[in-house]
Amino acid sequence: MDLNYSPEDDAFRQQVRDFLAANLPPDLRRKVRGHLRLGKDDYVRWHRIVAAQGWAAPGWPVEYGGTGWNAVQRHIWDEECALAGAPPILPFGVNMVAPVIMAFGSAAQKAHFLPRILHCDDWWCQGYSEPGAGSDLASLATTAVRDGGHYVVNGQKTWTTLAQHADMIFCLVRTDPAARKQDGISFLLIDMKSPGITVRPIVMLDEEHEVNEVFFDNVRVPVENLVGKENQGWTYAKFLLGHERTGIAAVGRSKRELRFLKALALRQQLGGRPLLDDPVFAAKIAQVEIELMALEVTVLRTIAQEDRAPGPQASLLKIKGTEVQQALAELMVEAAGPAALPFDSALLEGRHGIAHDSADEMQAAPLAAYYFNYRKTSIYGGSNEIQKNIIARMILGL
Amino acid sequence: MDFEPKEEQRQLADALRRWIERDYGFAARRDIIHSPAGESPEAWRMLVELGLTALPVPEAQGGFGGGAADMFFVMQELGRGLVAEPYFATVLGARVLQLAGGQEELLERVAAGEVKLACALGEAQSRHDLADIAAKVSGPVDAAAVSGVKTVVEGGGQADMLIVSARSHGGQRDRDGISLLLVDAGTSGLVIRDGRAIDGRRCAGVTFDHAPATLLGDPGTAWPVLEAATDWGAALLCAEAVGAMDALFGATLDYLKTRRQFGVPIGSFQALQHRMADMFIHLEQARSMAMLAAAKADSGDAEERRRVVSAARVRVGEAARFVGQQAVQLHGGMGITDELPAAHWFKRLTAIGLTLGDVDHHLRRFAGQPGFRVA
Repeated sequence: MDLNYSPEDDAFRQQVRDFLAANLPPDLRRKVRGHLRLGKDDYVRWHRIVAAQGWAAPGWPVEYGGTGWNAVQRHIWDEECALAGAPPILPFGVNMVAPVIMAFGSAAQKAHFLPRILHCDDWWCQGYSEPGAGSDLASLATTAVRDGGHYVVNGQKTWTTLAQHADMIFCLVRTDPAARKQDGISFLLIDMKSPGITVRPIVMLDEEHEVNEVFFDNVRVPVENLVGKENQGWTYAKFLLGHERTGIAAVGRSKRELRFLKALALRQQLGGRPLLDDPVFAAKIAQVEIELMALEVTVLRTIAQEDRAPGPQASLLKIKGTEVQQALAELMVEAAGPAALPFDSALLEGRHGIAHDSADEMQAAPLAAYYFNYRKTSIYGGSNEIQKNIIARMILGL
Repeated sequence: MDFEPKEEQRQLADALRRWIERDYGFAARRDIIHSPAGESPEAWRMLVELGLTALPVPEAQGGFGGGAADMFFVMQELGRGLVAEPYFATVLGARVLQLAGGQEELLERVAAGEVKLACALGEAQSRHDLADIAAKVSGPVDAAAVSGVKTVVEGGGQADMLIVSARSHGGQRDRDGISLLLVDAGTSGLVIRDGRAIDGRRCAGVTFDHAPATLLGDPGTAWPVLEAATDWGAALLCAEAVGAMDALFGATLDYLKTRRQFGVPIGSFQALQHRMADMFIHLEQARSMAMLAAAKADSGDAEERRRVVSAARVRVGEAARFVGQQAVQLHGGMGITDELPAAHWFKRLTAIGLTLGDVDHHLRRFAGQPGFRVA
């Protein structure tokens, strides 16, 4: 048993820190740390900075433009990016559709799409969920009927994150309605500019336009955009879900938020003393900090086993990771107190201009919206209850 | 980074587990804890033969120089097997002797299994604050004597030598002025009232009345040694708790798969599946923290050691309570009987939660570290 990072790991971490110090634009850093909303330009700008360094897709094989980093190095990269306040590299292209294209796509698909994903030339979104198929994904009803050189797609997807910006959507569609529900599904790549696609915003409880409904009305998709074999899509979807397991815990992000929470609780006063010195509030923060410490070690244990047994350990990381994120968000609102009440959506969009001193990173105004927004985490990606079903079935054999 | 036992750690743990399965099963243990002595000389001899008393003792004193990480795998097996012999009391005492220095010969005898130790640290008013000491040292340095009353001394009635905390000077709760002393259990001025604890182990109340004692280190300066040794002990208890929880969890899972109600195994009910998933998550988070504590318990960085050990005691303590209570609940009526092994893991976990600082004590200490306020 040896729980220390190696000197090589420490050197790598320093290299990452140096890169972030030199390349992460201060305005992006301030937005992320201050819980302000990120726009398409913010995501794309950071993705291209990272891509120029050759680090946009650490998990990819080197031949496609990956970094060749091991699992510990990928963890360090994720953690340092999150700690620094870098915007996330959105997962839909790099971590979701790309591995499926690499494993099951045609040579033409690989040659066309992978470089474009790497450099963020296409913005991807994910067409999985439907109104009648959430956690029970295999119940999906969107159909694709072969017509000559095309599939004709009809139906509706929902909860489609940032589809309003998207150039491409990867979709699960039903190609054999007669088959058992998992067996008649195919994996299609669809151009969002295709005639017959309508994107309608769903405004979330923090009034952010983050997700959408996507409607398909006789949308014609060239058969070249079928990934792998017809009716084998469920296999590919499951493969995708098994990818990138440990990042889901978001340990680096929660460490950054814990620092924010403590800084906030040091500035807020209770009876003339910093709120952080109140034993009742300090105990709540300490509980979350300890849970986060435990989660970090659990993540590292999972990474250490990654080569041997990837397994359903990800369900544990998802549940704990989201519980910690939600607890931190909740405590921020509690720490801000009445100052969390004013709601200023212009400020959230950064339209008032972002002030340039660190005190403004302490703005209480975005915190309630952030708290409301983060209720999503225990619901998306397979609700935490579904994750418990998975633990019971796959790990415990119940 | 590596979370697996090294080869020699694995071999020792395997040997220990084989012995427990063969000679220290549930019925054998029950006979031992209900016997008048409350311990088994044969079991102790076996622990010595396996090298466990020598494991944490430095090589210069005939030990193996094992660290907390080595002890982790041993304590885990002892927790799994519910071994009630006064092993923890002895190794905690050995840790005190090692950190205080100057008792090399005694350490050799501990390593050889010839001497059992116990640590008389708590008093009626001290709860979990080991600096709250009313017992007093008197006399010159080379002929000291201890007076006071120590409570709930694990293995106190079985020990050959007692390590006692007492006050040389200062107020009752000052960290300055604390001394650690060695007292022969057979000496004059000593009354030991041996009894059973809730988990079947032995604990004693000990009254010292001008009992002749040997100072460990300089008078009044023992707090850092006392704190470091008990942190090391607290980390070991985390490992033992994880072993006990692991076994209890496994027994409960087996029960859910075999016990049938309404024509199906009760493990097919989602309410119980989710409870087991919650127990699993608690167990894995606790295991992570117990490993981290073992990795840092020998650390020279006292603040980091305090931070991690307290965090581990909080997390493991919460997990132990949850897993213990739910395991009893899921066993239904059987769970509240003394004849079921599950009940005994639950009792041991409860006892660990009350030893060397409870969850609230460690949560308070964690939040009280200077580093906690650094944003």
